[in-house]
Amino acid sequence: MNRNIDSPILSLRDVQKYFGGIKAVDGISFDVAPQRITGLIGPNGAGKTTLFNVISGLYRLDSGEISFEGERIDSLSLNQTFHKGLCRTFQISRELKLMTVLENLMLVPPNQEGEKLWRAWFFPRLVKKQESEIREKALDNLRSIGLIHLKDEYAGNLSGGQKRLLELARTMMAGPELILFDEPGAGVNPSERNTLADRIRQLVSEQGITVLLIGHEMELVMDVCDPIIVMDRGKKLAEGTPEEVRSDPRVLEVYLGGSGA
Amino acid sequence: MGTAIGGIISFLVSFAVMASIYAIFSMGLNVHWGHTGLLNFGVAAFFALGAYTSALVTSPMPTGVLANYVKQAFGLNAPFLVGVLAAAIVCGLIAVLMGLLTLRLSEGYLAISTLGIAESIRIFFNNERWLANGPQGLVGLPQPLHGLVPPAHYNYIYLLIVLAFMALIYLALERGIRSPWGRVLRAVREDEVMAGADGKSVFLFKLQSLALGAMIMGIGGALYAHFSAAIQPSVFEPLFGTFIIWAMLTLGGTGNNKGAILGAFIVWALWSWSTFLILKIVPPAFATRAPFIRYVFIGLLLVIILIKRPRGIIGEERQVSKF
Repeated sequence: MNRNIDSPILSLRDVQKYFGGIKAVDGISFDVAPQRITGLIGPNGAGKTTLFNVISGLYRLDSGEISFEGERIDSLSLNQTFHKGLCRTFQISRELKLMTVLENLMLVPPNQEGEKLWRAWFFPRLVKKQESEIREKALDNLRSIGLIHLKDEYAGNLSGGQKRLLELARTMMAGPELILFDEPGAGVNPSERNTLADRIRQLVSEQGITVLLIGHEMELVMDVCDPIIVMDRGKKLAEGTPEEVRSDPRVLEVYLGGSGA
Repeated sequence: MGTAIGGIISFLVSFAVMASIYAIFSMGLNVHWGHTGLLNFGVAAFFALGAYTSALVTSPMPTGVLANYVKQAFGLNAPFLVGVLAAAIVCGLIAVLMGLLTLRLSEGYLAISTLGIAESIRIFFNNERWLANGPQGLVGLPQPLHGLVPPAHYNYIYLLIVLAFMALIYLALERGIRSPWGRVLRAVREDEVMAGADGKSVFLFKLQSLALGAMIMGIGGALYAHFSAAIQPSVFEPLFGTFIIWAMLTLGGTGNNKGAILGAFIVWALWSWSTFLILKIVPPAFATRAPFIRYVFIGLLLVIILIKRPRGIIGEERQVSKF
C-alpha cells in the first residue's frame, strides 16, 4: 500500500523487556507511519501492553532503541514522553475518581502557568485568564464527545463506556502528536463503539494525529486500523493490511489454536 | 459573679488560642493528606521543629547562674516574627530532605517512616541536652507585644495574632488549592500513574506539598511555643503532636480547609471538656485514670468518624478548581 511515504513518527528497533526470566517483549522492531491508525493485536500475554508501557516510559526497556520524531525517547519517564507529544491510555480505564469530569480534562493541558504555586499566589490574573481558556476547551471537548451533561459528576461514577469516552477527551486535551490507545473498545457497548471509532478516525483526519491502537475486538481493529501488527509471545508475528493479516496462516494459528483453519 | 464570668471568658480565650493553633496544624495536614494523599504520621516532627526553632531564635542565650542550668545551642534574641519565619524555613528544608528519602515509598511505608522520623526528632531533643536543654526544655520564651496590656489580659492579644496567622494561611491555601497547582496535587492523590501520564512530575509535586504543609506546621509549632512560653520534648509525643490532629482533620472534613478549622475547634473542645465529663461519669476510684480514658476517647472518635462519616462534617467540595 502507500506506506512509508513519510519518515516514521515512531520507530522501534529490537526492543526487549524482561521480567525476571520472562521475555515479555523479545526483540520487537517496527515503524509507525504518521497520520495513520496502526493496530497492534495478539493473543493475551503477547506483550502488547508491556510494549506500550515501555514506549510511554512507564517501564524502562532492557535493550533496544525507541525513536519518536527522530529523537531517542527510550530513557524518558512517563511524564517526559508526554511532553514530547506522546499520549497514552490504559487497558483498564483509569480516571481521577474523586475529581469531576471537567477537572479530569482541565488537568491535562501541559505547561499551565497556574501549576506553579507562586504564580497562583502572586499572578492570579494571569492564571485566571489561562484557566478560563482551558475550561472552555474542556467544555468544547465534552460537548463534542457527548459527556457535557456529566461535567460536574465524579469521574469514578461514570459507566465503562463513558469512561472510555472521557479517556478519549483527555487525549484531545493534551494536543499530542501520537496517541497510544490500549484497548479503547474494552467494556464499551456496540453503539458507543461506533462513536469511539468515528472519534478516533476524526483525530487522524481532522487533527493529523497518529494513532497506535491495541485492540481485542477484531471488528474495531479491522475496521479502523491499517496497517496491523501482530504480536505473539513477545515477538512480532506479522505485519500488513487488515486483509493480509486476516489471511496470514500464522495469525490464524495463534488465534485459532493451531488448527490451521 | 463578675470573677466567675471573667474566669469563663479567659478560659474561652485560651481555648480559642489553642484551637486556632491546632487549626493551623490541621490545615497543614490537609495539604499533605487531604489534597495530595501523603500519609504523614509525623506531624509532631514539624510541630517540634517549629517550636524549638522559634524558641532558640527568639530567646536570649542564658547568662550568669542560669547558664549552669539551661543549656541551649544558641539563642539569637531575635524578634517574634523572625522566629516564626525561621520555624517555617527550617521545617520546609527538613521536609525536602525527608521527602527526598521517603516520597518514593508507597503510602503505608511513608506513614511508618514519618512516624519514626518524628519520634527520632523528639528523642533527639530529649537526649541532646546541649541543643535545647533536654527533657527540661526551654522556659520563659518571649511573647510578642507583651508590654501592651496587663499580663492577665495578654491572651486577648495573642488570640488576635494567632487568628491573623490562621486567616492568612487559610487564604493562601485556598488560592493555591483552587489553582491548577492544587488540581495536580489532587490528581497525584487519585492516581499517581495517571498524573504521570498527563505529564505531571509526580515526585516534584509531592515534594512541594510536603514542604508547604511542613512550613505551615512549623508556623503552628512556633505559635504554640510562644503561647505556652515553655516547651519540652514530652509535648511532641505522637498523641498530641500527630494523632489528635488527624482526628481533627478527619472529623472536620478531609480536603476542605473550612473543615480542617472546624474539626480542630470541635475536637479541642471535646478534649478540653472531656476531663470534667469523665470525672463525673467514672467512679472516684478511676479518677486518676481519667486522662488516659481520654486517649481511648480520641481513638474511638476517629474510628466512629471513619465508619459513619468518612468524608467528615463538611468534606471536600465536588468542584474544587475555582480560579
